[in-house]
Amino acid sequence: MSHINLQIPDVSIREIRLNSITGFQGSATELVKGSRCGLKDKNRFFSQCLGCSVTQAACMVILVQDAAVISHGPVGCSSCFHEFAFTYRVNSPLRRVEQPTQRKIFSTNLQETDTVFGGSQKLAAGIREVYERTHPNAIFVLTTCAAGIIGDDVESVCNEAEEELQIPVVAIFCEGFRSKVWTTGFDASYHGIARKLIKPARARRTDVINVINFWGSDIFSEWFAAFGAKPNYITPYSTVESLTWSSEAAATVQACPTLGSYLGAALEQEFGVPEIKAAPPYGVAQTDRWFRALGEILHQEKQAEELIAAKKADYLPKIAALREKLKGKTAYVTAGAGHGHALLSILGELGLEVKGAALFHHDPLYDNGSEESDMLAQSVKDYGDVPNFNICNKQEFELVNTLHRLRPDLLLARHGGMTLWGSKLGIPSLLIGDEHFSMGYEGLLSYGERILETIENDEFVKNLEKHAVNPYTKWWLSQEPDTFLDGGACK
Amino acid sequence: MSGIIEQERYTCAIGALQSVVAIPKAVPVLHSGPGCGNMIQGFFERSTGYAGGSTSPCTNFSEQEVVFGGIQRLRQIITNTYKVLDTDLQVVLTGCTAGIVGDDVGSLVAEFRAEGRPIVAVETPGFKCNNFESHSLVVNAIIDQYVSLFDGENPVRSEKNTVNLLASLPYQDPFWKGNLGEYQRLLEGVGLKVQVLFGPKSGGVNEWQRIPRANFNILVAPWHGQPIAEHLEERYGQPYTQFPHIPVGANETERFLRQVLTFAAERHAEIDEAAAAEFIRREREAYYEEIDNLATFLLEFRYGLPNHVHILHDAGYVVGLSKFLLHEVGIVPKEQFIVDNTPEKFQEQIRAELKTTSDKRDIPLIFEPDAGRTQEIIRGLSHGGRGLIIGSGWDKELAREKNYDFLSAAAPSPYRLVLTTHYVGFSGGLRVIEDIYDAVLATYR
Repeated sequence: MSHINLQIPDVSIREIRLNSITGFQGSATELVKGSRCGLKDKNRFFSQCLGCSVTQAACMVILVQDAAVISHGPVGCSSCFHEFAFTYRVNSPLRRVEQPTQRKIFSTNLQETDTVFGGSQKLAAGIREVYERTHPNAIFVLTTCAAGIIGDDVESVCNEAEEELQIPVVAIFCEGFRSKVWTTGFDASYHGIARKLIKPARARRTDVINVINFWGSDIFSEWFAAFGAKPNYITPYSTVESLTWSSEAAATVQACPTLGSYLGAALEQEFGVPEIKAAPPYGVAQTDRWFRALGEILHQEKQAEELIAAKKADYLPKIAALREKLKGKTAYVTAGAGHGHALLSILGELGLEVKGAALFHHDPLYDNGSEESDMLAQSVKDYGDVPNFNICNKQEFELVNTLHRLRPDLLLARHGGMTLWGSKLGIPSLLIGDEHFSMGYEGLLSYGERILETIENDEFVKNLEKHAVNPYTKWWLSQEPDTFLDGGACK
Repeated sequence: MSGIIEQERYTCAIGALQSVVAIPKAVPVLHSGPGCGNMIQGFFERSTGYAGGSTSPCTNFSEQEVVFGGIQRLRQIITNTYKVLDTDLQVVLTGCTAGIVGDDVGSLVAEFRAEGRPIVAVETPGFKCNNFESHSLVVNAIIDQYVSLFDGENPVRSEKNTVNLLASLPYQDPFWKGNLGEYQRLLEGVGLKVQVLFGPKSGGVNEWQRIPRANFNILVAPWHGQPIAEHLEERYGQPYTQFPHIPVGANETERFLRQVLTFAAERHAEIDEAAAAEFIRREREAYYEEIDNLATFLLEFRYGLPNHVHILHDAGYVVGLSKFLLHEVGIVPKEQFIVDNTPEKFQEQIRAELKTTSDKRDIPLIFEPDAGRTQEIIRGLSHGGRGLIIGSGWDKELAREKNYDFLSAAAPSPYRLVLTTHYVGFSGGLRVIEDIYDAVLATYR
């Protein structure tokens, strides 16, 4: 179990805190075994654009309804944030936010002279200007590579502003170069939120359960209603007020433990909110476990069993019928760690043969230290091993190489850009952004139907395959995918 | 301006990696933090091209490179880029990390060049300037480090009717592909051979090699791109003619073509003047056939059409669209906002250019890269009649607040898909009209 230390300004990065890795080639079973006795990360001798902590930290704070966000860096470091403004607006009906307000996103717009003389004063003035212009209930300040290297004392600037303005001004340390594991950005924003926003509980509530997630559809309201409770979604579409008192919830559940690992552990260790350790409900076996764990923590075991029985009676026959139709199909998965494991379970449950997977990184265990939360271990136990298991750090060249040789019937992806390569190779490809879509018994059915539809409607990818442009060399496509990984053939 | 800004409408210097992506079969190689490429991809969206986005090699700076320098890492990445990707030109762009650490990328890249590799280095740390300015840095670096290698085979100004076109900024101008194609079609229509350098209508690196052959250059931009025109003038003695905004619709397109023809004649290009005049006449007549048909709708449609417009865009679009909308559509430009961070020294001439739009009315013009602030100004404005806002995706929410019509025509915009549409030229004007009134008519359900 990692130790959460809210006294220090910056979060300990995943490589150090969790011993997370970004390079591996083998089988899922080998990875799970290795995770229990210490994994060694591997470098690559070729690499492509990756993505950094800033984006992950940003999406967790931009979607807080009544906050403003300042990127302390050159304008480039907040270039993609408009996409989260779009997300906020477009998905607001899913969360019953009727009047979604414009997102308040700023950049301190650091210039060359600031890198010489420092940008602290500019940030200090910027925070006050943002306060005057938007009157938010909190201001989040995201750090960047430039701000980090020139050594601006962002923590002090934020603390001084907080005292003056009397609202939380939260420094979030998410410089891109600090961690090779981009999900460290989630941890960074949660660390800031846990330090500066969340207050000790006034009382413990039995009717509220924290759900740490992205911006997916609201399926938890219906599920929790059976237990007389409702979800407190963290952090997209939360308010500063609802975050502040997330300490009072009866429990915390994770939609994706790769995402919420740190905050779930912080809420338990620092604020006494128990975290449900069971991995999220993907696949029948894990959905059973998850509802039982929920019932246990809420002391409503009977309700859990009733719900499980009712849902299974309804959905299992339909899932069985779907399994018949999908029989003999093969699939490949590429995604971030947690959701990738979820997709493996879904495929296992639906009876597809998984030919391999490329997941972005791997956390041997999450912050809660519980093996119960290890979704990959659960998936392997429930549905068997997965060969060609690659921790790819979002390296497209490895994915293209692998897909080229494995040629599955279906590519399941999560995270933009990856389906392109399935389609170029004529492989039907599916990306579903809403991580709640495939949860539970009902999720298996809806996801399975989308898989079927994707495999059936392959005309587009078959046509694209004939005309697709491929920048990768013939030489590369004939090498082993781990050629540029430490220990591989090429340096 | 260098204060805090809200809702940026451009990105930082490394954003000019998209200018490399826009050259067929060229690849940007980033010597930067791991997130830079992703940020740029997120800003422009659907901007991967041949080897941009997740395909572009990157050193992904970690703590180790920050402390010990990243040159060895870059050497490794470049070496292996040649094994993995099939590309005609490699352009190494540096980010803030490499810039502050002080890696000598130029010397490293020169080693590869000495081995015969078509490779260029350019310093684009984000804090240096924005992508409007760094586009010129990238182009000039390619000219100096790549094009120059072929000077022997490409005699300077040896083709009297060939021109290099310096116009739309790839990706920052959402219509860049279509616009470059239309400029090319129009200029070829009057008898010139046009090297557009970017996009599917360019001839890739072979066209770049032939840059010196052009008799002269055409710059269509109010300020950005000027360093390229000046550099080519200095390096190859090519004169240039500048048109100060994008030409939209008949009036300005004709003025643009006549300006180029006059310049070409003075530089001894061999132009068949009668054929050129005939081409322009046919284009104009086809244009006015449509406007004729449309006039009844514009004047008689009784359910409400916009009568005034606020534009939030770069200087070239603000001036070009203002002139067009006033004279050729009948929509009156009210307060206009240039959000491209135009350097102060160019602002006066842009004001003067906008002033030529009309003798009888004054169009207030505000230079403000802080688009959140411009929105705040617009919130406080009120004019009679139905309003129209032309801007980026950010402005859709503003338009809704004000109950104005909205046309998405600037970066960044997740609310609109643009492939090869163009807004320049005669037919570009017609497309602007279609887009505005499509949006207006879509409000009637």
